[in-house]
Amino acid sequence: MIDRRNLMAVVGMAPFAGWTSARAFTEDSKPNAAPKTSREVLRDRYFPNVVLTTHEGKKVRFYDDLLKDKIVVLNFMYASCEGVCPVITANLMTVQKLLGERVGRDIFIYSITVRPEEDSPKVLKEYARMHGIGPGWLILTGEPKDVELLRAKLGFVDPNPEVDRDKARHSGVIRFGNEPLQRWGACPGQSAPDWIVASIKSVDWPKSEQAKRAG
Amino acid sequence: MAYISKINRRQLRDQANAAKNRRELIAAQFSRRDLMKMGLLTSAGLLIPKRGLSVRAQDALSSFGQTGQCTSPATTPFVDLLPIMPVKQSVPSLNPAPTECPNTAAGESRTRCHQAFTQLPPQRLYQVVQQTANVTVSPDLPVQTMWGFDAIVPGPTYVSNYGVPILVRNVNSLPINNGGFGLPSVSTHLHNGHTPSESDGFPCDFFEIGHFYDQHYPNVLAGFASDHQPNGDINEALSTLWYHDHRVDFTSQNVYKGLAGFFLLFNQFDTGNESTGFHLPSFPDFDIPMMFADKCFDQAGLLAFDLFNLDGILGDKFLVNGKIQPVLHVSPRRYRFRWLNSGPSRFYQIFLTRLDSSTTNQFWQISNDGNLLPHPIQISSVKLGVAERADVIIDFAPFAGRTLYLENRLVQRNGRGPDCELSQRGQGNLLLQIVVDLPPVADNSVDPATNPTFYTLPDKTAQPRVTRTFNFELTQNGQWTINNQFMDCNTIRFTVQQNTVERWVLRNTQTDRPAWTHPIHIHFEEYQIFSGNNQFCFNEPPTSVNVSRKDVIRLNPNTQVTLFFRFRDFLGRYPMHCHNTIHEDHAMMLRWEIGTTGDLNQNP
Ligand SMILES: [Cu+2]
Repeated sequence: MIDRRNLMAVVGMAPFAGWTSARAFTEDSKPNAAPKTSREVLRDRYFPNVVLTTHEGKKVRFYDDLLKDKIVVLNFMYASCEGVCPVITANLMTVQKLLGERVGRDIFIYSITVRPEEDSPKVLKEYARMHGIGPGWLILTGEPKDVELLRAKLGFVDPNPEVDRDKARHSGVIRFGNEPLQRWGACPGQSAPDWIVASIKSVDWPKSEQAKRAG
Repeated sequence: MAYISKINRRQLRDQANAAKNRRELIAAQFSRRDLMKMGLLTSAGLLIPKRGLSVRAQDALSSFGQTGQCTSPATTPFVDLLPIMPVKQSVPSLNPAPTECPNTAAGESRTRCHQAFTQLPPQRLYQVVQQTANVTVSPDLPVQTMWGFDAIVPGPTYVSNYGVPILVRNVNSLPINNGGFGLPSVSTHLHNGHTPSESDGFPCDFFEIGHFYDQHYPNVLAGFASDHQPNGDINEALSTLWYHDHRVDFTSQNVYKGLAGFFLLFNQFDTGNESTGFHLPSFPDFDIPMMFADKCFDQAGLLAFDLFNLDGILGDKFLVNGKIQPVLHVSPRRYRFRWLNSGPSRFYQIFLTRLDSSTTNQFWQISNDGNLLPHPIQISSVKLGVAERADVIIDFAPFAGRTLYLENRLVQRNGRGPDCELSQRGQGNLLLQIVVDLPPVADNSVDPATNPTFYTLPDKTAQPRVTRTFNFELTQNGQWTINNQFMDCNTIRFTVQQNTVERWVLRNTQTDRPAWTHPIHIHFEEYQIFSGNNQFCFNEPPTSVNVSRKDVIRLNPNTQVTLFFRFRDFLGRYPMHCHNTIHEDHAMMLRWEIGTTGDLNQNP
């Protein structure tokens, strides 16, 4: 039993203040720090600026080079995947065709390998060549820990840890987002390509802006 | 529970510790204020124990963990009064005047003509605008920029009457900048109106900023154009409905951001006046809609939505009618509360708790999913899956001078569904404080103990034309499906023949993942349950509450339910979907249709 007298002892024993979220709240809002914009909040919460390597061997930063100011389409895959990947890659090929010249201009497609240990830029380049992947669509690899971080942050995870470890059962979801407008959605990668395109267009620029952005 | 990891076990132990410590402190009779002053109680009512509460703090590196949990800043409970949403007022005319077929030239986004516009012409007109709402949810948090119908959250309450068709013009004036989540593209669904398809708020009938959409609500009883001409079947009367955004793929974000409200439907029996009809407590003084929502706030105190969670998301702040843990003052008499769980992923079991007494407080449930039951049922708690509604009658006469709480005692640790356990009395989520300190007033409402009869259940002996089976599953590669297919606005999965009866079997039999409870919603007509368990946990027997008309069914792990359906009066497209809106937005939905001829596809 705790009574009034030894309650104070309890208070003295534990570092309560550091545990409360109220404290974190005050720490976060230092008087001099400008409050973060919602865009910065999303960036800091979800988009680590890790360095990845493209199938063309170029080093790129995830947020600065790949997401910032763009409409993006994201999925995870690996080169030797024979499960859902062929269908999803084929769907993305059609999506790329349907989106036409906008791919590489204001819309970018990024496929990130879940097997960075095997999928070197060279392997991915071969994959890109084999599938006829065009400009504006990058196949990406990186340090395994960075790839895992991205996968977790972007929610390409399975609730069953065993399934999550099984690369052949990696998520078949496609995420799409408009980074500056903070519009993010997702659809199954095995959906019909025209529905994937319709879904991506739900995060498109406002009509007035489309012409300017898409050129 | 094969999936509870070591960390989870430790968390469970710590939670149990926290609860034990808190019981000890309560037994030592410290007031909440004492504990808060000493820094031992967060304003959410969580104790900070010797070793414990910060169960959450352990994995609170960011606002969101992989469980869909979050850690919001502390807030002081029971300060703000429970907001009562204003009644939506009609307007004498709309400009341009409503038209039977879409007024595309004027900016209307509707794609089909109204089916019943000449037959049941709108007698009242409304205009509602989706726009930015600056909302205070707690005295301790900054003003939130949310989205609201008429710039309030929840939106205004529509009060409608059977026999008075109405038309609501929805105008999308949302901003381009969403402040972090939400899509300024909308389709407003009246859940679960008996509504023609083009006015249903079908998820693919969305419209953009600067456009409008006229929705015609005939407010007519099912069967009016078929087996119960001309007025419909009184036993299909609906009473507590709600409206919410249903934009395909973005419903979870948009509803979380505030786009939801109540829609009440009265008739000659459920009159809103306790001196007439069924003598239910009078609206609005003693008939109060309550919308429950759990939300998460980031370290700056701003509303946060976990964009990249696929499982389901939970908030650690509990709002009623848009305020975190508000207070309601009542008179010692009977009240009708209309409870709604607005989601996105939490299940509730709500008790009427006194913190100063261990009595079990009984009250009466009079409706299920907003449909009056044949008779009131005496209960000590109400279970509410996502999107479910329950009307209850609570008599506060025995509690004059007391303080009570609506307490959710159902334990839920992640967005997948409830855990099969109840927290101890007083250790759950205190949703609303009810202080019985208003002066006594006359009570002319019916005493539920006299067992009044409301409606009888429509007959369900008719022979179904077809039995269709639906499996709700996650694929091998983590994508939500119904019968192994994904939502696609362009795909009609099956067509029901109008004025026939069907039997639908809904199954949740997935075994390769942790268990989900899917709250499945089907638009258009209420169904009845032929068989299957609609309770939260596996082995509870069905209660008499199950014998009712429903529009959301809790599809528990390892269960199947069989439903009885009629499809009368209107034609066109409707969805069936999981109402865990995270699942819904990730393709756990299908489009079906009612046609003059139908198919017999048993696994569509
Ligand atoms: Cu579900």
